[in-house]
Amino acid sequence: MQEPVYVETLSVKSVHDEVKPVISAKDVTVSYADKVALNSVTLNVPANQVTSLIGPSGCGKTTFLRCLNRMNDLIDICRVRGEIIVAGQNIYDPAVDVVTLRAHVGMVFQKANPFPKSIFENVAYGLRIHNMAASKSELEDRVELSLKRAGLWDEVSDRLNDTGTGLSGGQQQRLCIARTIAVEPQVVLMDEPCSALDPVATARIEELIDDLREKFTIIIVTHSMHQAARISQSTAFFHMGELVEHGPTEKIFTTPKDTRTESYITGRIG
Amino acid sequence: MNTEHIVKSFDDDLKKIESLIVEMGGLVETQIIDAITALIRHDHELGKRVLAKDVRIDDLELAVDAAVVRTLVLRQPKAQDLRAVIAVLKVAGNLERIGDYAKNIAKRSAVLGDIRSVGSSDTVLRGMSRIVQEMLKDVLDAYVARDITTADQVRLRDEDVDQMHNTLFRELLTYMMEDPRSITPCMHLLFIAKNIERMGDHTTGIAEQVHYIIAGSVPDDERPKHDVTSLALLEGDGTNGSSSSTL
Repeated sequence: MQEPVYVETLSVKSVHDEVKPVISAKDVTVSYADKVALNSVTLNVPANQVTSLIGPSGCGKTTFLRCLNRMNDLIDICRVRGEIIVAGQNIYDPAVDVVTLRAHVGMVFQKANPFPKSIFENVAYGLRIHNMAASKSELEDRVELSLKRAGLWDEVSDRLNDTGTGLSGGQQQRLCIARTIAVEPQVVLMDEPCSALDPVATARIEELIDDLREKFTIIIVTHSMHQAARISQSTAFFHMGELVEHGPTEKIFTTPKDTRTESYITGRIG
Repeated sequence: MNTEHIVKSFDDDLKKIESLIVEMGGLVETQIIDAITALIRHDHELGKRVLAKDVRIDDLELAVDAAVVRTLVLRQPKAQDLRAVIAVLKVAGNLERIGDYAKNIAKRSAVLGDIRSVGSSDTVLRGMSRIVQEMLKDVLDAYVARDITTADQVRLRDEDVDQMHNTLFRELLTYMMEDPRSITPCMHLLFIAKNIERMGDHTTGIAEQVHYIIAGSVPDDERPKHDVTSLALLEGDGTNGSSSSTL
């Protein structure tokens, strides 16, 4: 595992200069029919860190996130140009298998969406379709490991056969995280994972995200700037389809370079 | 970055903090002038008023602290807003200290009795205090106008105050050597000069905070320091009175 270089100093230049990017987006332009949603975005995402994507509604941050595991393929009128390299491979190469890609680049959504199955089956599902468990006991071990990593095991270990949809909102979201990380992705994409949760459940997810970055690279879209400041090591600010600024979170929230970033994060009319 | 916040009451909070600092600064400026005037004119009544007014400065510092805490809790300011809120904590501290020095001068002016000055102390102290008071006025204007150039210039002017302090130190040392009876008044006058010199340092501190609010970093160049009085006895032999020559 690569140790993140970022500690808590202001001199976090090394985060971007020395850590090898796990995702490298070059000149990515996305359009929905005639409307350009993302304009020539170039962004390197460092490994084993949490990167926050912030910006006002419609700025293109979710569009960018969805490019990273080709979720935009599901939208007919969407066209993606440019290059996105994940772990050395251009994911828009026709030879890439999207199902395998999405195992490497998992996703957690705004609203928890567990399958209408048992807690166990929710986590085991991905392991089964990707043939990641050779035996029943290995499957059980992997499910247990994922639930533990997602901080949910202690709460559900005695009711693994109960339905996943019966859990509380925060538990459901952690179940979805367990389901995502069960297939050992390199990258976990999170689209507003806490927006439907109360502060306590949010704190648990944030704590979990911080633990998970030891093993995974996390990219999170959030409308809460405080959340971005709390949990991420690097932050990218999008505005009107453009990547305005990307840098160490501490720098973005204390001394941003661009006046548009400053206006947004200080809550000014800009 | 002068556009308004979407939440108007956030602007009101920041303006409130700024107005407290401006009020505090204005009061401290007056205190400097009044303390020196009380000293030079032997105006004990004015000296007493300086002592009494210091309470208001202390109250204002507490008010700034409370307003800062409130803003941090309610608004969670970021970037320039955060710097503006954090920096005023230090600025208020600097102003409060300057106020304390003025109070100290007023106290000493009462102790000095009929001795108005020794040598050129009258002129030098008046000159030093005038520079510090002007520096303070300019740095407060720079704070309100977010004028980094003026703030940086204020930092450099502290050099003049240090030089005047050195000159007076040297001069009073010779008086003390000539006539031991002058030691008590000279020591009081030296402490007064030191108080004014420290006011200059605190004003410089405010200028650095204003620079920080605007630029997001403290000035990286080392400010020239010219107060060498603390080295006087270390460099001279300290026995034959040659120490003053090291200055």
